[in-house]
Amino acid sequence: MDRRGFIRLTGMTSVVGLLGKPILNAAGLLRPGEALTNKPPIVGKRWAMVIDTRKCLEKEGCRDCINACHHIHNVPEFDNAKDEIKWIWKEKYEQAFPEQENEYIEDGLKEKSVLVLCNHCDNPPCVRVCPTQATWKREDGIVMMDWHRCIGCRYCMAACPYGSRSFNWRDPRPFIKEIVTDFPTRTRGVVEKCTFCEERLAKGLIPACVEACPEKALIFGDLEDPQSELRELLRVHFSFRRKTNLGTQPELYYIV
Amino acid sequence: MYDSGKIIIGLLLFFGLIASPIWYNLASGKGSYKPDIKIVTTEKQCVAPTPYMRTSHMDLVYSWRDLVVRENHRSYNSFTGRQYDMSLTGTCLNCHSNKTEFCDKCHSFVGEAPFCWDCHVVPKEGN
Amino acid sequence: MLEKALIGDKKYWSWILFLMAVMAVGFFFYLRQLTYGLGITGLSRDVTWGFYIAQFTFLVGVAASAVMVVLPYYLHNFKIFGKSTILGEFLAISAVTMCMLFILIDLGQPMRALNMVLHPSPKSVLFWDMIVLNGYLLLNVVISHVTLDAERKSIAPPSWIKPVIILSIPWAISIHTVTAFIYSGLGSRPFWFTAILTPRFLASAFASGPALLILLVFIIKKLTKYDPGREPVQKLAVIVTYAMALNIFFVLLEVFTAFYSGNPEHMTSFQYLFVGLDHHSRLVPWIWTSVILGIGALVLLINPRTRKNDILLIMACLSVFISIWIDKGIGMVVAGFIPSPLGHITEYWPTLPESLITLSIYAFGLLLVTIFYKIALSVREETSA
Repeated sequence: MDRRGFIRLTGMTSVVGLLGKPILNAAGLLRPGEALTNKPPIVGKRWAMVIDTRKCLEKEGCRDCINACHHIHNVPEFDNAKDEIKWIWKEKYEQAFPEQENEYIEDGLKEKSVLVLCNHCDNPPCVRVCPTQATWKREDGIVMMDWHRCIGCRYCMAACPYGSRSFNWRDPRPFIKEIVTDFPTRTRGVVEKCTFCEERLAKGLIPACVEACPEKALIFGDLEDPQSELRELLRVHFSFRRKTNLGTQPELYYIV
Repeated sequence: MYDSGKIIIGLLLFFGLIASPIWYNLASGKGSYKPDIKIVTTEKQCVAPTPYMRTSHMDLVYSWRDLVVRENHRSYNSFTGRQYDMSLTGTCLNCHSNKTEFCDKCHSFVGEAPFCWDCHVVPKEGN
Repeated sequence: MLEKALIGDKKYWSWILFLMAVMAVGFFFYLRQLTYGLGITGLSRDVTWGFYIAQFTFLVGVAASAVMVVLPYYLHNFKIFGKSTILGEFLAISAVTMCMLFILIDLGQPMRALNMVLHPSPKSVLFWDMIVLNGYLLLNVVISHVTLDAERKSIAPPSWIKPVIILSIPWAISIHTVTAFIYSGLGSRPFWFTAILTPRFLASAFASGPALLILLVFIIKKLTKYDPGREPVQKLAVIVTYAMALNIFFVLLEVFTAFYSGNPEHMTSFQYLFVGLDHHSRLVPWIWTSVILGIGALVLLINPRTRKNDILLIMACLSVFISIWIDKGIGMVVAGFIPSPLGHITEYWPTLPESLITLSIYAFGLLLVTIFYKIALSVREETSA
C-alpha cells in the first residue's frame, strides 16, 4: 500500500469508527510546518542569514555557534583533515572571500577568520547535479538533504563553489563525542551539510548557531519580510556575499 | 536428453541440500517456533489499527519518513483523531520503549535487518 | 557462441586464471571498502573524486573510440576496416562495462544505486550519462552479436542492423560528450569549466582508443593465426596521429587562455600540475612524463617512415596510451580539486586498496576482452577453414 492509500484508509476508519468526532482535515495531515510542540513552527518565504563579522570578531577564538551546531546535529569530530566533517566553521578572510583580494586591507582583517556554512543558494548547483534528488531546495529556500536517499556519488561536493559539503568517509558514530538521541547520526557513504536547522524551525526554534551566539553576530530571518530585522540590517549596512559571479545567489550576507 | 538420470538425481540432491535448514527445523520440531514478543507500551492504541501495524508498519514508517524529510509535514492525524508527531525515535520508540524486545525479536526471527538504526539513535531502553 | 571461450590451450587458461586471481584480490579489498567506507581510499573532503572516477572518464574514451573503426567502414565504405569493426565493438562493450563498475565502486552507498532510476533527475548530467552509457552498451551488444552470428553462418547480416550501427556512431560521440559535461558544467571548478574540455576529451579518446586497438591487433597477430593485415593498422595509426595532434593542440589552447589572460582561477590548477603549488608537487613528474610521451609519440606518428615501422609504431601507440592515461586517469580529475574552493591545497594519491580495486576492474575488463576476442577469432577461423 502506498502512502496515499494508507492515509485514505486511516481517514476512512476514522469516519466509520469514530462517527461524530471532529476530523482535523480530510487528508489526515496538518499543513506543512505545523507541529505538535508548544511553540508554533517558524515559517518563512525565503530564509536567509546575516553574519556580522564585526561582532563575530569581538571574541577571539569563540566557537559557541560551531559547538552548538555540531553537538545537536551529531557531527563527528575526526582528528585528521581527510575524514573531516563540518557544517559551520571559521575560514581565513581571504579564503572565504577570494574575490575581495586586497593586500592593503584594514589592519588585522586579513588574519581574522569569518564563519562559513551552507549558503542555501537561490540557484544551488548542488541541487542541479544531484542524480537522485537527495538534495533539493524547499519552498522556503532551505537547501535540504535527504540522508535516506543519497547514494554518495559526491557530485554535489564537486559542484558546490563554497566547499560547504562533507562526506562520511567512514562510520561517524565512534567519533561523536556525545550522541544526541533526538537527531539522527549519519551513516558512512552519504553527504551532509547545514540544513538551517529545519528540524528546529518546525518546533518553533531558531537555528542553533543563532541562538548560541552571545554577540548576536548571526541574524536569521525572512528576506521576503520587509519588516524583518534581517532586512533592516541589510538596509543600513554595506554587505556582500561569497562568489556572486557564479550566479548561485547565495543567501548568506556578510557585514564587514 | 543425455544423461537424464544423472541430471535428475543431481537436481534432487541439490534441492535437498539447499533446503536442509527446513528439513532440520521440521525434524527438530522447531518448525512451529514463533518469537515470544512482549509488547510493552504506555498507550492502549497505536497510531493505526493493530492488524495494519502488524503487516504494514514499514510502509507507515517510510511514508512518515518522506513526509517529514521531503515535505515538511510533521504531524500525523491518526484514525482515532489524535495527532502524533511523525518521529521514529520520538513517537514510535517513546511508546515501544524496548527496541530489543519489540523490534529486534521479530526482525531477527525473519532475518530482517532494517537500516533505520544505522543513523537513528535508539534512546535508552525501558522495560 | 559463448562455448568458444571454453576451449583453449594451457596459455589461454593460465591467462584467464591469472586475471581471475587479480580480480579476487580486488574483490577482497572491495569488501573491506564496503565495511570501512570510502575512507579506505586516498580521497578527502577537498579531493572528493580520484582514481575511480578518473578511470571511468578515461575508459569512456576508450569505449567511444570504437566509432573510429565503425564510422569509416559504414559511412565511407572503407572496406579494409570490415574485419576490425567487431574488435572495436567488443572493446567498447568491455570498456563500458568497466566504466559502470568504476561508477558503482565509487558510490558511498552502492546498494542505493537504483535510486538513480527510482528518482530520475533529468537536470543532473549523471542521469544522462547513465542513459547514454547503458544505451551504448546495449547497442554494441546487439550489433556485435548479430554481425558475428551472421559471419558464423556465412550469411549477410539482417538489413535492420544497418540503421542500428549508424545510430551507434553519434551515440559513441554522445557518451564522451555527456561525460565531459559532468565536469565542464561546474562553475565551481575553473579547471574543468571550459567549453574545450569536450572536444579535448573526444580528441584524446580517439587517440587512446585506436592506439589500444593497434596494440591489441599486434598481440593477436603474435598469439593467433589471425592477421587483419597491415593496411587497417596503418589507417588506424593515421587516425591516432590526427587525434593526438588535436589533443595536444587543445591543451595548448587552454594553457594560452589561462596564462595570457592571467586569470588566477584558471592558472592555479595548471600550475599545480606542471610546476607544483606552494611546494605541493606530487603530480608534477607524472604530468611531465605524459607530456614527453605524448610529444615523442606524435613525432614518431607524424613521420611516415617511423609510423610504417612496426616496432616504432608499437612504441608510439604505447606512449600515446600511457600519456593519455596519465592525463585523464590521474591529472585531469585530481587537478580540478586543487586548490579547493576555499583555496586550500590538499593533495591526493591512491592508497594500496584503492589501486588494487582499480586493478581488479581492469583485470575484469581484460577478461572480457580476452573472451570476446577469443569468440570472434574462433568464429573467423571456423568460417575460413
